[in-house]
Amino acid sequence: MKFSLGKWLLPTYVALTFIFMMIPIVYTFIFSFNDVEKSNIAWKSFTFDNWLNVCAQPEVCHAFGNSIAIAVISTLVSTALGTAIAIALGRYKFKGRSATNLLLFLPMATPEVVMGAGLAAQFLDLGVAKGFWTIVIAHIMFTLSFVVVTVKARVATLDPRLEEAGSDLYANASSVFWRITFPLLLPGIMAAAMLSFALSFDDFIITQFNAGPDTTFPKFVYTAAARGIPPEANVIGSAVFIVAIAIVLVVQLRSSLKAKRLAK
Amino acid sequence: MAFVALGQGGAKSSAPVKNSSKVAFILLAPGMIYLGLFFLTPLVSLVITSLKTASMTGVIGMYDYGFEPGNYAYAIEQYGPQVIRSFGYALTATVLALVISYPIAYFIGVKARGKPVLQALLLTLVIAPFFISFLLRTFAWKQIFSNEAPITQFLQSIGLLPSDQYIIGTSFAVIFGLTYNFIPFMTLPIYTSLERLDVRLVEAGSDLYASPAKTFWKVTFPLSLPGVISGTLLTFIPISGDYVNASRDFLGGSDTAMIGNVVEANYFRIQDYPTASALSVMLMAAIVILVSVYVRRSGTEDLL
Repeated sequence: MKFSLGKWLLPTYVALTFIFMMIPIVYTFIFSFNDVEKSNIAWKSFTFDNWLNVCAQPEVCHAFGNSIAIAVISTLVSTALGTAIAIALGRYKFKGRSATNLLLFLPMATPEVVMGAGLAAQFLDLGVAKGFWTIVIAHIMFTLSFVVVTVKARVATLDPRLEEAGSDLYANASSVFWRITFPLLLPGIMAAAMLSFALSFDDFIITQFNAGPDTTFPKFVYTAAARGIPPEANVIGSAVFIVAIAIVLVVQLRSSLKAKRLAK
Repeated sequence: MAFVALGQGGAKSSAPVKNSSKVAFILLAPGMIYLGLFFLTPLVSLVITSLKTASMTGVIGMYDYGFEPGNYAYAIEQYGPQVIRSFGYALTATVLALVISYPIAYFIGVKARGKPVLQALLLTLVIAPFFISFLLRTFAWKQIFSNEAPITQFLQSIGLLPSDQYIIGTSFAVIFGLTYNFIPFMTLPIYTSLERLDVRLVEAGSDLYASPAKTFWKVTFPLSLPGVISGTLLTFIPISGDYVNASRDFLGGSDTAMIGNVVEANYFRIQDYPTASALSVMLMAAIVILVSVYVRRSGTEDLL
């Protein structure tokens, strides 16, 4: 077999691009071990202190806790509301379907700055003081459509005959839902919840417009950027990265192994 | 994760089976009312705010309800260059992201087909940047390209960069950051389209003596068009409203401000809410026009 350049060109390109994509991640991770106080710009020396005392910078910890709380609450609400919509879209005939689809598509096609400024203008007009709950309201709003899209894909794979079989066996509507439909939809609902959590946790622009004096992790990083981001922020960023990538790897590998088994 | 989900958006749905609009209404109402209250009416608030007039009391940040279309004229006159720059940056970064992403999506979707574990690993690598905070990864590039950084000094020493010029603060740095941050938004939808590509069609092309380039442009690319369309929209729209990359605290400088930066400054620093709102309304209008023309011309009506 002769060596062919064409055969190696694409894999090499892909490998190099992935290395390029990883550069800022590795950089953030390395600088989480930098022995500096506030301004984490130049490398000084190696330390574990930032990892061991993340809350040495109380602001970082407070912002992180807030981000988690906001992401959990908004994920619970948007997953519940979005799942109901996805079931209606996938299972029922109703009037106004195209208007519903349009209203669901629009938030995904609107720049964040427009949604953020619009909601902030509404809160300003109504005299609502911005803070924790206005951030939650904003996050439910912009994650909802993503939940619908994700769960809808799962509803589409559901065999309606399974539900019919349930009702043929005299199960009432609610036990058909909880014992048949819901368990079958669960992987899609979980994926939607994880997506919604990730979107909420990392959101900055909509949050900034509706946070008032309250802060989240991304807002903390944005504000701190002017005077230097403390290494504790890198610790939190790196730790979240490791946990998230572990979850995704497990989920992805499990489903791909399952696909492999089914293909045999 | 976001984009794996978006990729599934095109999955064909089975026909709705139940004909009970009462149940459908109960399921739809809470979420749709929510979107009405916190997505639609805010857009109306935005339009109303964009037409407000300065308060008679003269207090900064206080405005009266009114009808002042002059706010729009003022916004265009004052911030025309930033508006044009936003769309220029967004277009450049979108094209760059498309060129960089397509081969990756092709490799994962076509070449790695039949190797589910490899595919899963590569897809995880594509979305990996999403798991490190958007702001931290943008800030990392700022450090990597900082004025004292080895790469800047190297470029200056070989004369590619004049010794009194730096990377940070230039259009190059901002477009670089925008492209980097949105590559996964482009890769995943294209991957989803290519994953479903029937390889026999490509084989038929070469069997009929079409050159590989011709087969690509006549068969592969047209079949991946739905992915290219959603990818370009998912990249272009958020980029046009972004203000993190172009911020002076991140990759931008004094001459890189985009619409988002101007809206942010008007909202938070100057507290000129009407001008900030007028700019947002114009951005939204431009996006709506663009999306409807683009989607119609490309013939993909079923986006959701």
